[in-house]
Amino acid sequence: MNHLLLVPVLLPLICGALLMTTSRSPINQVRLISCGSVLLLFLAALYLLTQAGSGQIQVYGLGDWPAPFGIVLVLDRLSALMLMVTAVLGVFVTLYAMRGDDLRGGYFHALLQFQLAGINGAFLTGDLFNLFVFFEILLIASYALLLHGLGAARLRAALHYVILNLIGSSLFLISAGLFYGIAGTLNLVDLARFIAQAEGDQLFLLEAAGALLMMVFGLKAAFFPLYFWLPRAYAHATAPVAALFAIMTKIGLYAILRFSTLVFGVSAGGASGLGTGVLWVLALVTVVLSILGAFAANTLTSLLAYLVLVSVGTLLAGIASGTEESITAILYYLLHSTWIIAGLFLLADIIAKQRGDLATGLKVGPQLLNPHLLGGTFFVAAIAVAGLPPFSGFFGKVLLLQSVSGSAAWQLWPVILISGLVGVVGLSRAGSMIFWRSNNTLSGAAPLDKTAYFFTVLLLLTSPLLVVFAQPVIAFTEATAQQIMDVPSYLNAMQLKEAL
Amino acid sequence: MELLVAITIGVLTFSGIYLILRARTFSVALGLTLFSYAVNLFLFVMGRLHTGQPAVLNDASSYTDPVPQALVLTAIVIGFAMTSFVLILALRAYTELGSDHVDGVEKTKKITGLGRNKQNKKKRTGAKR
Repeated sequence: MNHLLLVPVLLPLICGALLMTTSRSPINQVRLISCGSVLLLFLAALYLLTQAGSGQIQVYGLGDWPAPFGIVLVLDRLSALMLMVTAVLGVFVTLYAMRGDDLRGGYFHALLQFQLAGINGAFLTGDLFNLFVFFEILLIASYALLLHGLGAARLRAALHYVILNLIGSSLFLISAGLFYGIAGTLNLVDLARFIAQAEGDQLFLLEAAGALLMMVFGLKAAFFPLYFWLPRAYAHATAPVAALFAIMTKIGLYAILRFSTLVFGVSAGGASGLGTGVLWVLALVTVVLSILGAFAANTLTSLLAYLVLVSVGTLLAGIASGTEESITAILYYLLHSTWIIAGLFLLADIIAKQRGDLATGLKVGPQLLNPHLLGGTFFVAAIAVAGLPPFSGFFGKVLLLQSVSGSAAWQLWPVILISGLVGVVGLSRAGSMIFWRSNNTLSGAAPLDKTAYFFTVLLLLTSPLLVVFAQPVIAFTEATAQQIMDVPSYLNAMQLKEAL
Repeated sequence: MELLVAITIGVLTFSGIYLILRARTFSVALGLTLFSYAVNLFLFVMGRLHTGQPAVLNDASSYTDPVPQALVLTAIVIGFAMTSFVLILALRAYTELGSDHVDGVEKTKKITGLGRNKQNKKKRTGAKR
């Protein structure tokens, strides 16, 4: 057994606990621990990514109990990829927060570590109930992080966010209970094996539990009609927190992808492809509604929050379409959208600091101190996020559009292309308002924080890097898509003998 | 006994959801608590109803499934932590926003005594933007 599988969960958990006790130590000490933890996490994620790249599915049985009875962690290409996305985001969020945002409230670094532990755990676990536990860990950390810096707007957003997610957790438990009551197992692979043979009343109840679970994941992923909490929450969160939350919607999408390929995949008998028709429609509606929201947004951060939703809709369309090509495409698009939107949230914060009281409001305001530098960066990042060539968003969208055919193409192409156009208009409206139309009053705002700007640009640089290294990245996502569609290989890895 | 348990879970869920749909944070917190009671009970009986049976596997042909008991214990602990968090959050929102409405703003009628507080709030949100 490879004990390294535990590192992405244990390391931030231990560092988080350590940071709770050192909360009164000098801030440099706290920052050193936090920074060291995320850098080690990055190295661990890199190592696990190379290991998973060999195509072997690694199973870690906690306490060495065999698979259906004990709790297992599973590392396949998809988990390793998601760990990598999180680790990169964690590094930049921590570095950016160290420029002052971590002092706006207590325990920022400890909460960040707990959140990372929860996220990594959710990606690694092979057990339904542990997925619930890790969801709760990352959620309770996110409640506190959302409130970081306090203020009325954040409280109001957090109240909705917390209550909705508590209802979601209850529904998750009902669904987990149903799964256990019918199938007698909580191991996802074992569940897949059971569902393949189920029929009649059993199948009906399992499908009901699955539909309930999709609803819970939908709340986390935030697609129509479950996304109304997101724009307010993301728009009002402190910049590094909003950047970190760029991965939060992807956790819901990851869970949907995992369930729709493994548990309700092609080999799931009567329950195969559960809900994909509904998800497809919801994905398209999400893209349309959220791009309208982005167009109508009155602050830069809420514009970005709606762009998060656009990416959720796009990714969901790929999952619902469910072919190997579409999953290859959306995994590439997921890397791009998570990192670039997080980078844009950080950039919006740097811009806001130069606009005084107006902050990110899209109104004619004071002249920025560094209009060319920030404007140029915003221009490039906007091109990337809107999906125009030569950046990564374009490649992701082209791959997705190529992967569908027939009537699905007639539905997807206009939605994606027109939403891209509206997105460009919305972003250029925001950009021209902030950078070009000033009322010539120099604001008394803080000068540019060069280090924070440097970190933001580094994160945004992932977009051209994804283009330069497109071939190996797409080869990896293609191999990932093949692996997650191949359910028997998971059965073999867990040594569950009966064939599907 | 199955029928009685099913009715209990149903009534608890119904009351919980009714209270969650109310507009005041305290009712919502109560509703969440009732709902989580219903969920915990549901999770517990998913191991089927048995009386007077051992909770571990032994030579006996009949036993009580221990897994749902372990699950429900975890769920209770997590639910307890979440409920206390939501209560603190609701109190904080009430003192800071001057309203216990879940949206943080009174929709139907204005409370005259809190007028000043409301103005402050407007200023504060303005500053945030």
